[in-house]
Amino acid sequence: MMNVKSKLYILLIAFIVLVMLFLIIGLNSYNWKYALSRRIPKIMAIILIGSSISFSSTLFQTITNNRILTPSVLGLDSLYMFIQTFIVFVFGSMKMAYLGKNFNFLVSVILMVLFSVIIFLMLFKKKNNIFFLLLFGMVFGTLFQSLTSFMQVLIDPNEFLVIQNRSFVSFNNINMDLLWIAIIGVFLTAIYIFRHIGSLDVMSLGRDNAISLGVNYDVQVKRVLIVVAVLVSISTALVGPITFLGLLVINISREFIKTYKHKYLIPGSMLIGSIILVGGQLIAERIMKFETPIGVVINFLGGIYFIYLILREGKAI
Amino acid sequence: MIEVKNVVKEYNGFKVLDNISLKINKGMVTSFIGPNGAGKSTLLSIISRLIDRDGGEVYIDGKEIRDWDSGELARKISILKQFNHINIRLTVRELVSFGRFPYSQGRLTKEDWQKVDEAIRYMKLEDIQHKYLDNLSGGQKQRAFIAMVIAQDTEYILLDEPLNNLDIKHSVDIMKTLRRLANELGKTIIIVIHDINFASCYSDYIVVLNNGRIAEEGRVDEILREEVLENIYELKFSIQNIGNNRICVYY
Repeated sequence: MMNVKSKLYILLIAFIVLVMLFLIIGLNSYNWKYALSRRIPKIMAIILIGSSISFSSTLFQTITNNRILTPSVLGLDSLYMFIQTFIVFVFGSMKMAYLGKNFNFLVSVILMVLFSVIIFLMLFKKKNNIFFLLLFGMVFGTLFQSLTSFMQVLIDPNEFLVIQNRSFVSFNNINMDLLWIAIIGVFLTAIYIFRHIGSLDVMSLGRDNAISLGVNYDVQVKRVLIVVAVLVSISTALVGPITFLGLLVINISREFIKTYKHKYLIPGSMLIGSIILVGGQLIAERIMKFETPIGVVINFLGGIYFIYLILREGKAI
Repeated sequence: MIEVKNVVKEYNGFKVLDNISLKINKGMVTSFIGPNGAGKSTLLSIISRLIDRDGGEVYIDGKEIRDWDSGELARKISILKQFNHINIRLTVRELVSFGRFPYSQGRLTKEDWQKVDEAIRYMKLEDIQHKYLDNLSGGQKQRAFIAMVIAQDTEYILLDEPLNNLDIKHSVDIMKTLRRLANELGKTIIIVIHDINFASCYSDYIVVLNNGRIAEEGRVDEILREEVLENIYELKFSIQNIGNNRICVYY
């Protein structure tokens, strides 16, 4: 059996190869300057998003002590779409364009983080019950979805197209300023988490054991949940509703890396997340010629992988 | 010494623990017994800071548990709860190595691994130390968790129903181990236990809880008396001396 470190090296090599492919396919002596100036920001955004979604999903599963849930249950995707629709509904798409992407980004991030904090506060009142988290997320998610469709029905069809574009994950128009803000944000949270990496391992033993081993569990859970909210909000505000990626990545990571140690699990899942997104984008761009959104590509391949896993597990029993 | 002073715990206005005061001496095996819902596990969880109380204080070696640093306290007192379902795949050895977390924050030194080996040997887990927990029987799993607690090397060891779901052989094994921990290593052991005869044979001191209060406490021969237990359990008891032990028949 391969050890964990060599698996991480394999992932790293696969990652570098894919990134190189993404950057150099179709380059020639005439277009390379322009193409690279478009592709480098794009690949940076893809790596950032792939990493932060994987990172947040791993953290979320550790603190909820659950292998099925991902931060998507918080309903942040629906909240994001609600914010976008609301802005278009009230101000119109012209005004939205005028206010600019920075404004939109900031408002979306702040609202999403605030909303998550409110959900978490309710959760802690209910003694950390994970079912309440699920319930809150589902109820609010449905509420935002209904409000969103309500407004979408009322607005001008042209305005609707603007919103619809926002509902697909897109790496095609990344704003460099926002990208830098996002990179710094993700980097800072990563440093913070890596300083507590040992206690994350202990927390996966559950609350009682973690406290017995001296981890300040309740405080730590709150901190990590806020980190998760920040990561997910930044990613979603930057490229659109992306949390679906988490479930696929975290399961592949656990299946492949097979360790409970977060110092390997987190980098591994970040690499896998980036590999999937870069690969998905390559397929969407080169094979599908931009006709299929990357979300569809990833969900299609992810679905096949899950069916394979289920069939294999079925045989094992 | 552990000192519990006027501890109160309420759930929705119902007092699960009603003004409990208790002293637990060092180097002894103390058992909490009593009917279901008497508050035994709650008291154990409060002493080990797993849950918060609504009133009163708990002192460990003269210092209130709120004033203890969490990491420092983890080198003083450890608790093992009765339900230990773990969501990650671990080998026995990996689990035991978690016991060293309070000392090394996950970066185990040579000395830490030595302690892990000792704990594994103490619980006779050498043969299965590289097996995964989910492939083990209930008794083996319980021994692995106790080995983790031994590796944690705390003065006070609290166990919530350590015999739950174990057959009699494993139960006796575990109780003998706890006895050895107290006798050989001078540990202070507190257990919640349902089987009165196990409590009688292996503990030094027994605390009987009923309806959130301490009904009786004392040495084994003071507690294992028919009138005391009949009163609490509302059953007919017949208590006999067999060898050096007092054994209840209540079936």
